[in-house]
Order: sequence, then structure tokens, then C-alpha cells
Amino acid sequence: MTENPPNALPASLLEAVALTKRFGALVANDHVSLAIRAGETHALLGENGAGKSTLVKMMCGLLQPDSGELLYEGAPIVFPDPASSRARGVGVVFQHFALFDALTVVENVALGLPGHEPLSALAARIDDCVHRYGLAVEPWRRVGELSVGERQRVEIVRCLLGDPRVLILDEPTSVLTPDESENLFRTVDLLTDEGRAVLFISHKLDEVRRLCHRATVLRGGRFIAEVDPKAETAGSLARLMVGAEVPRLPRVLEHELGEPRLLIRNLNIPGDGSRGSALRDVNLEIRAGEIVGIAGVAGNGQTTLFEVLSGEKLADDQESIVIDRVPAGGLGPTERRALRAGFVPEERLGHAAAPDMRLSDNVLLTTHSDGAIVKLGVVRHSVLNARFQEIVKRFDVRFGGRDPKARRLSGGNLQKFVIGREVLRDPVLIIVDQPTWGVDAAAAAFIRNTLREKAAEGCAVLVISQDLDELLEFTDRIAVMCEGRLTVPVPVAETSREAIGLAMGGAEDGGEGVHAA
Amino acid sequence: MLDAAIIGAVLASIVAAATTLLLASIGELVAERAGTLNLGVEGMMIVGAAVGYAAAYGSGSLILGTIAAMLAGTLLSLVFAGLAIWLAANQVASGLATTILGLGLAGLIGSPFVGTTLTAAPALHIPVLSDLPIVGPVLFGQDAFAYASIALLAIVAYGLARTRAGLVLRAVGESHVAAHALGHPVRRIRTLAVMFGGACAGLAGAQLSLAYTPFWASDMTAGRGWIALALVVFSAWRPLWLLGGAYLFGAVSILQLHVQGFGLGIPSQLLSSLPYLATIAALVVISALKRGQGAPASLGVPFVPDR
Repeated sequence: MTENPPNALPASLLEAVALTKRFGALVANDHVSLAIRAGETHALLGENGAGKSTLVKMMCGLLQPDSGELLYEGAPIVFPDPASSRARGVGVVFQHFALFDALTVVENVALGLPGHEPLSALAARIDDCVHRYGLAVEPWRRVGELSVGERQRVEIVRCLLGDPRVLILDEPTSVLTPDESENLFRTVDLLTDEGRAVLFISHKLDEVRRLCHRATVLRGGRFIAEVDPKAETAGSLARLMVGAEVPRLPRVLEHELGEPRLLIRNLNIPGDGSRGSALRDVNLEIRAGEIVGIAGVAGNGQTTLFEVLSGEKLADDQESIVIDRVPAGGLGPTERRALRAGFVPEERLGHAAAPDMRLSDNVLLTTHSDGAIVKLGVVRHSVLNARFQEIVKRFDVRFGGRDPKARRLSGGNLQKFVIGREVLRDPVLIIVDQPTWGVDAAAAAFIRNTLREKAAEGCAVLVISQDLDELLEFTDRIAVMCEGRLTVPVPVAETSREAIGLAMGGAEDGGEGVHAA
Repeated sequence: MLDAAIIGAVLASIVAAATTLLLASIGELVAERAGTLNLGVEGMMIVGAAVGYAAAYGSGSLILGTIAAMLAGTLLSLVFAGLAIWLAANQVASGLATTILGLGLAGLIGSPFVGTTLTAAPALHIPVLSDLPIVGPVLFGQDAFAYASIALLAIVAYGLARTRAGLVLRAVGESHVAAHALGHPVRRIRTLAVMFGGACAGLAGAQLSLAYTPFWASDMTAGRGWIALALVVFSAWRPLWLLGGAYLFGAVSILQLHVQGFGLGIPSQLLSSLPYLATIAALVVISALKRGQGAPASLGVPFVPDR
């Protein structure tokens, strides 16, 4: 799909005109306009918090605008609820999937369609759709058992069975492997060839430039520009999105590697059925001063690996995990922290931080046994507060009020807080799961830079991430996790996206790890 | 000694005891599968018992009494629905308030009828079948409530598993956010489920005051609403397991009475606690065996749509 649609300017199918939405004092959308035409892939670009999701929710009836209007084929229209927008052919695939884990694929699909079609007939239609658009989905499986990529395909199939004229994809590639993304792009091209319109929400600039015919850029809830992404560079689009230059990290930092800080030896963990995948014979060594990345599609054992490294799950063999020369396989999280290890889990609210506790109390959650803050079982509030203030200051954590509950912070600020909390414990080993998931570009750059600096100071860093670009940007070596096995880590300079992508898909490479061919 | 007539009578009273629990817990199961935890079962049940008794006593019609009981249970469930669903109040607190309100209301409504009695709902005799020895009266000689409870259970089991309405209801209980995003009216569906629960609790109350023990006493539910709530959890929200739970509890509570009657020298307090112990034991076994299916994921979480 390289051509523009036949008519230079077909009438817009769905148009937002000067939509405004306020949440209290926050203006999430301030007179935002956007027109989607039949047969085009239209990108909606913006940082986290730029107002993309709010705009989409207003365009499909999940939210009502405070002012402004929607036009459908040029005529004003009001969508009081999502059902009414769907009836007009507007389908949405949400970033946080609107799926029901306990139900089967076909039941999930049925819930998104009107009428009382028997499930068996519906399953047949799902199979048709699967073949037509190349979306591999099995109708009778339970959604709770599916990988993230499969779940997304379920969502897309559900939308397509409603025969939508406008398909809105909210950050569709953030959870996909490069290979899965390619498949998605092919599907999108097929859809626009059929005359459907696709609104493609993303902050991945390369994808947008490849796939989209037009792009609308939002920043801080305002319309910034409508551009032809193919005529822009990634840099110029990033400037529009961020409003300033995004600092690039220096590619390679030279420093000496020290002694091994983390040793994983023949680590085997059986799967527990529903949630955690098994780990099979995992080996890894991380030395002081280096950053090792673990790439892989979600659900291949990364969660289990994080849990077993942080001590939430214990290994059977004490020797299979060695932290700073101390066998730690059977030690709990507090004992591992006492060995000066720091852990930043993937889920910020509920795992890294208690949502309804104040930030200062959240500091205590990982520092309670460090000695300085708790003396004889009594919390020393002055010391705790000093630490809290230091985190806020050094890591530029922004929030309203003096000491809000953790859930009030934006994703980026909370992540900076959580990283800061671990870094200020002065660890010799930091293990981070998805360091910049859902974090805006500026905060992400800051977080990566922080980890870089810690490595330069002699800390060993392990980064588990599904964002391959991120791993290629700031780690020293990359290993790939697939079905519970970990490949031999390879220096970033000696590998390529393609090689890693293949390994993520489980391609065997004769023990060569992820070396470029 | 134990002859067929005695065994028959014991079995029949087991069915009656189980029917009360089954009726109330079916309704609560539906409400909980939709994501609302209504702790007002006891209150709705006793209001049903009082209103049902009053209406039947006044009109002389057990059918009118039963209908009135169901309406009363539904009305009281709307108090809960208004608080917990539409005002998004804490469900536990709203449910407890509903129970306390129901107990008070029932005492007020029932006070003129203390000391009166009614003719109990008759057993429906099915010719030939109900004349079979032992199993005849038990299976085919029960009152309409017993048959209604089994029919209701079958309808709910089928409806939840096989119909679109059941699918939508389960979806709302699993994830109200996702259901809302797909355009399903979460709060309306939950209200209907709670109303169904109220009607069932009212029906259970009517069974109690019109059939099981045909008189009015202000504490006649005696915690059965709470047992019904517990049974829903024990059954892991599965209708067929509910049937087993209700009959297990009913059987043990009746049998221990008869054992007390034999004067075996076991302290009566211990025997009285047997139904609860048996239910707890069953719970432990079930949770140990339970795989996959747990509580509806959104159970007890109020839904507040963005606007």
C-alpha cells in the first residue's frame, strides 16, 4: 500500500470538530479537530497524556464532549454510548483490551455484536474472518490463556465482524513482536484497500511513517498539526510531539566491567498452570557496570523470571541464583534487598506501589529493613521524609499536593518515583521489568539515562522489556526469552532487530543466540 | 423402629429445609455473577416471609401471598440497588443496611399476626408416582415451592451457560469496564440481577412462612439468609453445586435434630453446629479441588462510568 486513495480528497467519514473535554481542572482535549477519510490510514500521534485516548473515547461514545461536535459523513451526530457508534460502523480496539478473561474467544466476540447469533455459527464466521485477514485466532479457547498478541487479534476480529467503516486502533503495536506488527500492518492495508478508514494511534514514529497516509499530532490536549508522515522525518515528528528535541543517549559508554553481581545457573521453575510460565534451564551472568536486556513476547516466562529473581517465588536450588557472590535462590525479597539488590516490577500500581498509600509510605515499602529509616521497629519520619524529598527532587517526580496517594500520579511520574526509590537505596544490582511501559518520551529518556549512570557507577542492571527499540538503545547485551528458555546474551553491536525478532518467535539458531546472520 | 413412614417424613423435611436455602441462594448467585454482592438476603427473605404471611392470611390465598412476598423482596432489593449500584455506595455496608432494615420492617408488618396459623401449602400429589414407597412422597409428593426451586435452578443454570442474556450478565460480573466499553448497560443489568435476587429471597421467605412452618415469628429466618450467601461462595458460583450444598446443609440440619431426639448423649450444642461444620468441611474440600473458576472478577466493585 503505497498509493494514496484514488480520489485526492474523498469526503471525511468521521470528523471531530473542535472537541473539548475537561476533567475537573484538567483540559484533556482543547478544541481538537480530526477528520478520517474512507480508504486512508490516519495516524493520531502524541505523548502519553497528550489526549489521544480522550479523543478516541469521545469519537466512539464512551465519553461525551463538553463542547464541539462529531460529523458522520458530513452530518452532525451524537453517540450517547458505544453501542450507538458501533451501530454506525465505528469499531475500536482499545489499548487495554476490553476482553473477559474467564470467557472463550467466541463468547467475547458475541458480546461485542448485536443479536442472538448461535455461538457455533459465530465461530464459523470468526474462522472466515481469520482466513480473510490473516488473524490467527482459535474461537473456542479461553481468553485468559491467550498471549497479548492473540488477545489483540481477538479484539480486531470482534470489531471486523461488526463490519466497521471506521476502525480505531489504540496503540496496537506496543505489545507486539516485530513479526506480529508486520502481520498487523498487512491486515490494516487490506482493510483500507476495502475502503474502510483506520485511525492508528501510536507514538512509534517509524511505523506511522511507513503505514499512514496522514497524521494528526496532539500535545498537551491541543491540536498541533496535521502532516503527511511520509514527508516528515522521525525527528521532525518527534519535535511536533514533544515540542522540543528529545535527548538521545550516547550510544556506547565506555567503562570497565567488574565482578559478577548476578549469576543465574541452571534455573528451572515449573509452570503453575494459569499465570506463570515455566523457566527452563536459564543461565545468565551480569557483571558490575553492564546493562543486560531481556527481550521477548509477553508471557514467555519473563514474569516468572522477575518473580524468582526478586524472591517473590523461591528457587529450589539455593545456588541457582547468586547475588553479589551470595547464594540467594531460597532467600525472600527482604533478604535479597539486604544483599543490595533493587527490584522494579512491571506493574506500578499494586505491585511496585500501593495505590491508596501516600508516596512517603510507599518509600517505606522497600526501605523498611535498610536500617536508617526504621530503628527498633519504629519508623523515623524525619528520615523517611528526607528520603522521600530526595527522591522527588533528584528524579523530578511531579504531582499535585504535598504527599499524594500513589494512584494520583501519572504513569511516568510514578515510574520515576519507583526507580528513584530503588536507586537511592544504593544497590549493586537493579532488576527492572518494563522500565518505560506507558511512560512519555521525556520520562523514558530520563529513566534510561538514570540506569545508564548507575551502571557507570558499577551497578549491574537487568532490564526486561518488550520494547526492542529501547533495549537496542541502552543495553550492552541482549538475550531473548522464548517459552521459558533464555538465549545467550549477545552484544548489541553484534545483533540486529531481525535476529532478535526471529529468536522472539522461537526460531532455533543452533545455540548461536541472537547473532546477526 | 424406623419404618417407611418415618423415613419418608424425615426426607420430606430435608427437602423443605433445602428448598428455602436453594431459593434464596439461586437469586444471590445471579446477583453475584453480575458483580453485586448483596448481603441483604436475610432481610429480603424475612420481609418476604412477613408480607407473604400477611397477604395470605388476609386474602386466604397462598398464591397471592407468594406473589406479594416476591414483590416485597424485589422492592427491598431496589433499596440495595439504589445505594450500591446507582449511588456506588460500599456494597457490604449497603447490604448490611438492607438486612437490618428488612428485619425491622418484617417485625412491624408481622406484629398483628403473632400467634396465628395458616394451612400450609399442600403437597402436590402426582398420581401413581407419589404412591411409590419412600421415593414416591419425596420425589413426587412435595409442595409447589420445592418443584419451583428445582425448576428455577435449571432455568438459571441453562440461562447463565447457554443464553445471550446469561453471557452478558456473566460479562458484566467479570469486567464491568469492558462490558461498558462494548455498550452493555452495566448498571441496568446489575439492577435486574439484584431484583431477581430480591424476588428469589422473597419467594424463599414465602416458602418459610406459608409452607415450611406456616405461622409468623419475628425471627423465623434464623440466619438462613446468611447460610444462603455462604452457599453461593461454597458452590464457587456454579448453580449445580448450589443444589448439592443446599441439600447437604438441609440434610445435616434435619438429621442432627433426629439424632438429638434419640438421646445419644452427644451434647446438643455440638449437634446443632454440625450443619455448619459439614458446610465448612465441604468448602475446604471444594476449594482444594477448585480449578480455574473463582469469584466473578468484578464482584463487589462499584461501577462508576466516566461521563
